Amino acid sequence: MIAENVAHFARVLRSAGLAVGPDRVVAAVAALDCVGVERRGDVHAALSAVMLDRHDQQPLFDAAFDAFWRDPKLLEKLLMELLPRISGRGTRPQAPRSNRLAQALAPERDRPGAPVNPSASEEIRFDASFTFSDRERLQRADFDTMTSEEFALASRLAEELPPPVAPVRRRRHERAPRGVPDLRATLRAMVRAPHTLVPLTTRPRRELPPLVVLLDVSGSMDRYARVMLHYIHGLARRHPRLHAFTFGTRLTDVTRCLRDRDPDVALAAVGQRTGDWHGGTRIASCLAEFNRHWARRVLGANAAVLLVTDGLDRDDHGSLADEAARLRRSAHELVWLNPLLRFEGFEPRAAGVRALLPHVDRFLPVHNLASLADLRRALQAAASPRPSSRPWN
Amino acid sequence: MTDGADGAARRPSPASVDELAALLAAQDYVCDRSLATALFLALKLGRPLFLEGEPGVGKTELAKSLARALDALLLRVQCFEGLDVAQTAYEWNVARQMIEIRLAEAAHDVDRERLARSLYSREMLIERPLLQALTQASSPVLLIDELDRADEPFDAFLLEVLAENQLTIPELGTVRATAPPVTIITSNRTREVHDALKRRCLYHWVGFPDIERELQILRIRAPGASQRLSRQVVGFVQRMRGLDLFKAPGVAETIDWTNALVALDAISLDPRTVHDTLGVLLKYQDDIERLRAGDSDRLLDELRAAGALA
Repeated sequence: MIAENVAHFARVLRSAGLAVGPDRVVAAVAALDCVGVERRGDVHAALSAVMLDRHDQQPLFDAAFDAFWRDPKLLEKLLMELLPRISGRGTRPQAPRSNRLAQALAPERDRPGAPVNPSASEEIRFDASFTFSDRERLQRADFDTMTSEEFALASRLAEELPPPVAPVRRRRHERAPRGVPDLRATLRAMVRAPHTLVPLTTRPRRELPPLVVLLDVSGSMDRYARVMLHYIHGLARRHPRLHAFTFGTRLTDVTRCLRDRDPDVALAAVGQRTGDWHGGTRIASCLAEFNRHWARRVLGANAAVLLVTDGLDRDDHGSLADEAARLRRSAHELVWLNPLLRFEGFEPRAAGVRALLPHVDRFLPVHNLASLADLRRALQAAASPRPSSRPWN
Repeated sequence: MTDGADGAARRPSPASVDELAALLAAQDYVCDRSLATALFLALKLGRPLFLEGEPGVGKTELAKSLARALDALLLRVQCFEGLDVAQTAYEWNVARQMIEIRLAEAAHDVDRERLARSLYSREMLIERPLLQALTQASSPVLLIDELDRADEPFDAFLLEVLAENQLTIPELGTVRATAPPVTIITSNRTREVHDALKRRCLYHWVGFPDIERELQILRIRAPGASQRLSRQVVGFVQRMRGLDLFKAPGVAETIDWTNALVALDAISLDPRTVHDTLGVLLKYQDDIERLRAGDSDRLLDELRAAGALA
């Protein structure tokens, strides 16, 4: 009887997006055996100890548990209402792959790889003017409208683009021709080949620092944000220690959305999760929220922050400078990718840009597809020596 | 890395949640029932307990108290980046191995097989906490503290120990636990620990205690404070956690602050004393400035209105 109920409860949790496998069902039955089912609090504590593995799953679990304790039938109805709010590994939205499929079936259309439209930069300059709306427009970005050309080129570039930070020295060691002697390995080698002594050495491994991407998805960033998402998705696949956030009028964690290998599915998940696509920008308050709630969680191991925004914002710029400074202090490195930045002739006139600029380590352009292709060179050039802005490093 | 009575016989594990809570209370650890339930299950089901929560809510303290309550050996692994097998599980005593080789050479007794066997025998192994946890006569308490500070490869390495209570040493074979340890893992969430590891554990989020429990904790941990002062302190701190601070004060800070107030001979909270001692409670300059700028006076006014400062 208990087993049946637990299995039923697990099933609804699973359909709500919690990864409750059969192993947990077995453990849950065993747990209830231990604590008994007399006290509601004990059953709740036991089941949540067995079935959860992140704190943010708790509210969902509590709601489901409350309903289940009262009436298992009611729960299923309730769940239908909860469902859209839930995100997790289990809820993989079945995104339509129609657009690419349709394009693939119509091969007479322009093939990707054709030269980028030369008028693109003028168009974008026009686009980037103040299309600010103070009201948050809760629009959902429609990734399906991306044309095959844009999609294929951007995602192909994204696959190849190097990460925007240089590798740093970690404390873990790896085998190297020169360095610190590794006695243990040396001795093992000696046992295998006696009468020889070849000292083996190690040195600190160099690897990329964890990356945190803050992507502006407001109206003025629309086109770049979509291409940048491809770039980030490409990075996330090669670089597991990547956290991604989108922001417009508020901050959204989209890290788990990017886990899907298929860029279409991943980007659709991001679009679904991000409510403020196309809306206004409030950089200062979003950075404040990041500093307050996320910085200590994701900037732990010397992470580098990649800030993608045009800096056009109507928040209070005094606090923007403060928040940027705090972000700079808690990150290993702060890189700003700005679509408005040209190689020559860019003047930081907007107040938001002027507030941010003193606090970034590198300032790089990503203003159109062509410059995204150039980003590789710019990043590689910038990646070799550390900028002189921080002489103590 | 170890403390507690070595090799002491272990008390039988508690038979109910209440008994466990009482055992912990006897060790001056006050925990709420859901935490006691999770811990009880960890003992009963033989699974590791994964504790997450804000700093200073008593995650590490729980493991220490549990070890005392069960009269078990406490083995502790403090995590940091680059932690590896040699520091946590075992290490070959390379110096001794070298001497062994030298001696064999000097005695002209280089039987390769025998030498290799003796070089990688159990005596040559230096046990570190994880391996020690598997080789005790009675179940120890294994505390893996602040796992989020270690890097990902260490998570993967832990899987075998946590799930199977065994450790595979390539040169020697597999060491199975004679008495499986009670494992407690803590994390401050400065990174997401891998799901594969969490799946093998029981999970519990340690939140801030409610007013009554925090008072109970103060009674035990700050015995010098009067009932009245404790009540005011808890009221103030609980209200403070409602503010949107960078770092809300944990229970550890509440205890420190109360002891600080007692040391200053304060018998009740007044604006001046609060201003002067905020640094005990808050560790971010922004937070301190914000409270000094007026929030602390407002909280005191609220407390007075609620009758707690009478």
